[in-house]
This record gives sequence, structure tokens and C-alpha cells, in this order.
Amino acid sequence: MSDAQSLIEQIPRLRRYARALVGDRATADDLVQDTLERAWSKLHLYRHGTDLRAWLFTVMHNVHVNRMRATRPTDPLDDDMPEFAQRATQGDALVVRDLERGIASLPVAQREVLLLVALEDLSYGETARVLGIPTGTVMSRLARAREKLRAFMQGKGGAMLQVVK
Amino acid sequence: MSEKQPISEAEIQHWADGRLDASRRAELEAWFAAHPEEAERAAAYQGFNEQLHLRFDPILAESVPPRMERAARRGSRLRGLAMAAGWVALGIAIGTVAGWQLHAQQAPTPSAKSEPPVIARRAALAHATYSPEVRHPVEVGADQEEHLVAWLSKRLGGEVRAPKLDGEGMALVGGRLLPRDPGPVAQFMYQNAQGRRVTLYVRTEGPDQRETAFRFAREGNVRVFYWIDRKFGYALSSGDLEREELLKLANVVYRQLNP
Repeated sequence: MSDAQSLIEQIPRLRRYARALVGDRATADDLVQDTLERAWSKLHLYRHGTDLRAWLFTVMHNVHVNRMRATRPTDPLDDDMPEFAQRATQGDALVVRDLERGIASLPVAQREVLLLVALEDLSYGETARVLGIPTGTVMSRLARAREKLRAFMQGKGGAMLQVVK
Repeated sequence: MSEKQPISEAEIQHWADGRLDASRRAELEAWFAAHPEEAERAAAYQGFNEQLHLRFDPILAESVPPRMERAARRGSRLRGLAMAAGWVALGIAIGTVAGWQLHAQQAPTPSAKSEPPVIARRAALAHATYSPEVRHPVEVGADQEEHLVAWLSKRLGGEVRAPKLDGEGMALVGGRLLPRDPGPVAQFMYQNAQGRRVTLYVRTEGPDQRETAFRFAREGNVRVFYWIDRKFGYALSSGDLEREELLKLANVVYRQLNP
């Protein structure tokens, strides 16, 4: 299979991750587009036989970080400030809406870990390699992300727990 | 209720992700039975995974936008670059040798004509349509020139060549296939360092067509020199170049196509 075909096969998963990461469709698709273009310019760094998808997530992570630095130059990525302010509205019955708001309320460093593990099913070690951080940091960010999301959802009247049980 | 090892936070995360082996999972679940608050918390975490898939998995079924697919394919051209550069070098070498042999050959002289024929109008339209494109001006890039020329030759039913205009400061951007006029049409695009573009429109002509001199036409902002030579009709269009500059290029194209 050619590199182009392999890349095309990965597009749906890149789009899923991007949508969860940045929220709106247009921004997410721009992120995927930039990722594919950057992937080609960096393809010589990809080792054939290794997981192409994980490598593409790394490329996307770098593109996303660069974009955020370009738009918000003073913002550290690892602090606990959310990427953008998201305040839940009262009485919103849609769990998926709450979930999206909850994800958006997470700092991006935590959001990336949560999505790579919980949505993309990457192993903790793969997630660490994609993001260039130690596995221990993956575990601590994952724990913080989930607890923060839980607090957010509980603030929404425990709708999540009913769904879960 | 006692566990063999203390339960760590990391293990609760492992449990939520279904990444514990069976025996340790059983130990955690026994521990959860004695710690309902922790059990509720872990169940919530596990629930998030399901919710994430419910919300975002439908995106996997969405059709891929064409621009994304093009971006994914583009690199097969990039990787062909080194090889294409080799072919261009070879082409220049051959062209130089050929050039010595055709120095005596005369290009047709331009003649005026009142109304532009179909080829000039369509060439101008195609030029106006594709030359402003920033992202996708061509279907096949110059880095795949060999493939481009072979493909267009096959579609036009005769050997098509992309003239080398590097000596005139015009680099080949690439080419595309255009709708029938009445036969299939090829368009090659060139660009100079200032970003000015010229397109060469090539179509097959019927056997009864005579060769013609260069003719000039103007459609809106687009200037066109066109001529018929053996099997093909040609039209060289530009919105940026003056008539004299375009004529000079047309002469170069003509000489290269008639070795």
C-alpha cells in the first residue's frame, strides 16, 4: 500500500480526534488538513512498520500546539486554565452537549491525554510517545482530566451517572 | 475485605479503560464493593469512554472532503520529486542537442484575425478558470512530469509534450485534462518567479485542418496566441504578460514542439 493510501485510510480517525479536541467542525478539519500537509513534509522522519496513526497524532499534536502558540502566545499549555472559557447553561438536558462542554473545559494537555486514551484507545505508553511526555505524566493527567470532567458533569445534575449505570 | 496490594489511582484508571488483567480486575472490583464512593467514581470514568465513542464515532462514517484526500495524496508527488528532477535534467540535455539541429527552422509569423475562433475563446476561459488557483492550479504537478505527459498523451491520442520554458524564466507547474472541445484537451501551466502564469492549451485537430500561422486574440483580460500544427491545435494564454512577451514564448513553444 502506498503512503498516500495509508494516509487516506487514517483521515476518518484523525477527523474524529480533531473534532473532539477543538470542538467545531471547520476548525477541526483545518487541523486535519494542516496535519496531512505537514505529515508529507515530515514523512522522512516516519519509520515504516511503526504505527502510522500514532505518528500522525504526534504530527497533529505539534500542529495544534503551534497553532495555539500562534494565536495565544502567552498561554502555557500545561497549566490548569481551560483553553477557552466554557460555562454550562442551566437545564441543558442533552448529555452529549454536556460532555462536549466538559471536554472543552479541560486544559488542552489533559484533554489530549483523555481523548487519546479513552476515544482513540491508544495505550498509555503510545500516548506518552505521541505527546512526548513520561507515562507517569500521562497517568496523572488522565486522572485529573477524568476527575475534572466528573465534577463538571455532576454540576449538571448527575445526568452522566444515570446513563452509566 | 483485604487486597493483596494497595489500590493505586493509576490502577483505577486502568480499570476504567479495561486494561487490567483478570485477576487484578477482580481484586479491584472486590475493593470497590467495600468502597462505594470509589466504585461510583470509577464507573463514571468508564462511562466517559462510552460517551466519547457515542458522541464522536459517527464522524468515522462521514465522507472525506476532497481537499483532504488531495492533501493526503499530494506527497506521492513530493517523493517523486528527485526522480522528476532527473528527467527534467535529461530533457534539457536532449533539448540542447535538438536545438542545434533546428536553428534554421522558422516559426510561423503572426497574423491578425477579426473574431477569435473557438480554440482561443476556450483557451482563454480555461486560463481564467485555473490560473488564479492557489492551492490546486493543476491536477498533476511538474514533479510528476513524466506521468503527466504520458497520461495526457494517452488521453489526447497522440504524443503530447510539455515545452521547457525555463530558459524564459517560466517553470512548469503541471497540467490537467479539460473537457472535450470536441476532443480531449490538455492544459499545461507555467509560472515565473513573480508568480505570473501562462497556460498552454493543446487539443487534437481533425485531419482536414491545415497548419496555420500564429494568430492573436484577446478575450477579456486574457491574451492568446494560437496556431494549428499537424495533429494539434495550440493556444498560449496569459493575463499577465504583454503581447510581445507572449509572442516570444509562443515562438519558443513552437520551436520546441517542431524538432
